Amino acid sequence: MRLLWILALKELRDGLRNRWIAAAIILLGGLALALSLLGSAPTGSVRVSMLDISVISLASLSVYLIPLIALMLSFDALVGEFERGTMLLLLTYPVTRWQVIMGKFLGHVLILFIAIFAGYGGAMLIMVAATGGSIEGWPAYVSMMLNSLVLGAVFVALGYLISVLVKERATAAGAAIGLWLVFVVLYDLMLFGVLLLDKGQLISQQLFSMLMLVSPTDTYRILNLSMFENVSQAAGIAGVASKAGLSGVLLTGVLFTWIVAPLAVTLLVFQRREL
Amino acid sequence: MSSNVISIQSVSKRYGSETVVSKVNLEIQPGECIVLVGHNGAGKTTLMKLMLGLTRPSEGRVEVLGGNPAFSAAVAQRSALGYLPESVAFYEAMTGREVLSFYASLKHVAASECDTLLQLVGLGDASKRRVGTYSKGMRQRLGLAQAMLGNPQLLFLDEPTTGLDPLLRQHFYQLIDELHKEGATSIISSHALNEVEARANRFVIMKAGVVVACGTLDELYQLAALPVSLKINVTPGQASLVAERLGSEVSIAEVNNQSLSLSCFNGEKMPLIRRITELGEVVNDMQIIPPRLDEVYKYFMNQEVSS
Repeated sequence: MRLLWILALKELRDGLRNRWIAAAIILLGGLALALSLLGSAPTGSVRVSMLDISVISLASLSVYLIPLIALMLSFDALVGEFERGTMLLLLTYPVTRWQVIMGKFLGHVLILFIAIFAGYGGAMLIMVAATGGSIEGWPAYVSMMLNSLVLGAVFVALGYLISVLVKERATAAGAAIGLWLVFVVLYDLMLFGVLLLDKGQLISQQLFSMLMLVSPTDTYRILNLSMFENVSQAAGIAGVASKAGLSGVLLTGVLFTWIVAPLAVTLLVFQRREL
Repeated sequence: MSSNVISIQSVSKRYGSETVVSKVNLEIQPGECIVLVGHNGAGKTTLMKLMLGLTRPSEGRVEVLGGNPAFSAAVAQRSALGYLPESVAFYEAMTGREVLSFYASLKHVAASECDTLLQLVGLGDASKRRVGTYSKGMRQRLGLAQAMLGNPQLLFLDEPTTGLDPLLRQHFYQLIDELHKEGATSIISSHALNEVEARANRFVIMKAGVVVACGTLDELYQLAALPVSLKINVTPGQASLVAERLGSEVSIAEVNNQSLSLSCFNGEKMPLIRRITELGEVVNDMQIIPPRLDEVYKYFMNQEVSS
């Protein structure tokens, strides 16, 4: 455990040193504020709290941004150290290979935690202050932040998988962009296309929700938009998740599977790797 | 067997169809200083990586400190181990001090030791600079410092003195000697034959993945059967006379006005010396020059590899 912390803190310090964390906080915080200020127009008529509305817009934003940030942190984590030669020396120290992976993971998740909670959390405090101290809807907002962290962890794990499988950093960067495109854009487009062509004949609601669960980004979206009554009503999808039999536990379970599985494969490949 | 620090038994390593290390046997006792010599690509680095557990042998068995270094059970033992890779790489964005204390914490070594080591390798002033700004020699020194963290029992040094200035080289060997006095074992790969000649207990000469010779310097002389040179000083003007009196069966390399260079094989050395002393007072000095390591090395490199 001590070694995990040493390795994690090294990643955290790297993130602080190269202003990575600062940039992510500003990006997430700035966009959260901009969206909530733009999105505050409908709150007057529908009587939904500013935080509830923000959850909807931020969930849509996070689906794009969080995977991108996580992949940028992680694609280089292993292949970069192989390429530069620092891994060679590190593995002659009293650390096991799983400690190397888990230490990095801990460090990168910690970076995401700081970025998300400082960025989105800061924006929340400003919104609360702007609405005269109204904290209505905070549970949905906080759970959105937690879900974002879990989504980030998913893509950190996927980034490691890329990082351990490829031979060069440039390939890893390309693969990371490809992965991002698939899960953030292409998969949804494909699903839409299939639904339009199918016109509700072959694909039942059951099958459709299964297909949604295949993508961690869709899982994240449903998790944010359907677990809180106010949010799902404002998002116009009230009751969708419960009708499809998707509970919060199931959805969170899916996301955690998306963390554990890539990490396990990464570790397996890394254990066999010879330097 | 159990007293060996390292035991390598008929170990081969193949990458694809290429055999990098072939049927190597090597036993290393505690406190020894082993020097690996050989051309580039002879398998020295791979042999070290096998001993470090970074790679696994395709055949045979490697045991370090009584265990397989590639197993995770060996991880705890790595605290007693120091390694300087051939071209050492560090985290460029960190300062020298940060790099060293990161490695120190992994080894459970007190941070105070870092400053001592940085001073020792002459990086005291540069310790607050980013490693990215370091020169080749400074990186090498930082590499040495990290290898010496926590007084290692077992040192693996892959071409440790490249990029070091002559003064630092001497200093470096002093440090190694001090560690040896405390009972450390070291395995050094080097091309600087004249530097390591006096320091190693044993030499392992590798060629194309095969150990072509292994032993102390004396044993290698015997194996190589290289001629010993003798240089005798005689009364001025008497050199050619002495050459005549020694007879034709003695091979004379060079005759000057007052000195002669002779060469003979090890078995013939004493008879030759007796004959020289019989020459009387005309001979006023004699030097015996054994073959040097680079000659021994050249000899083994020119031998065909017999498999």
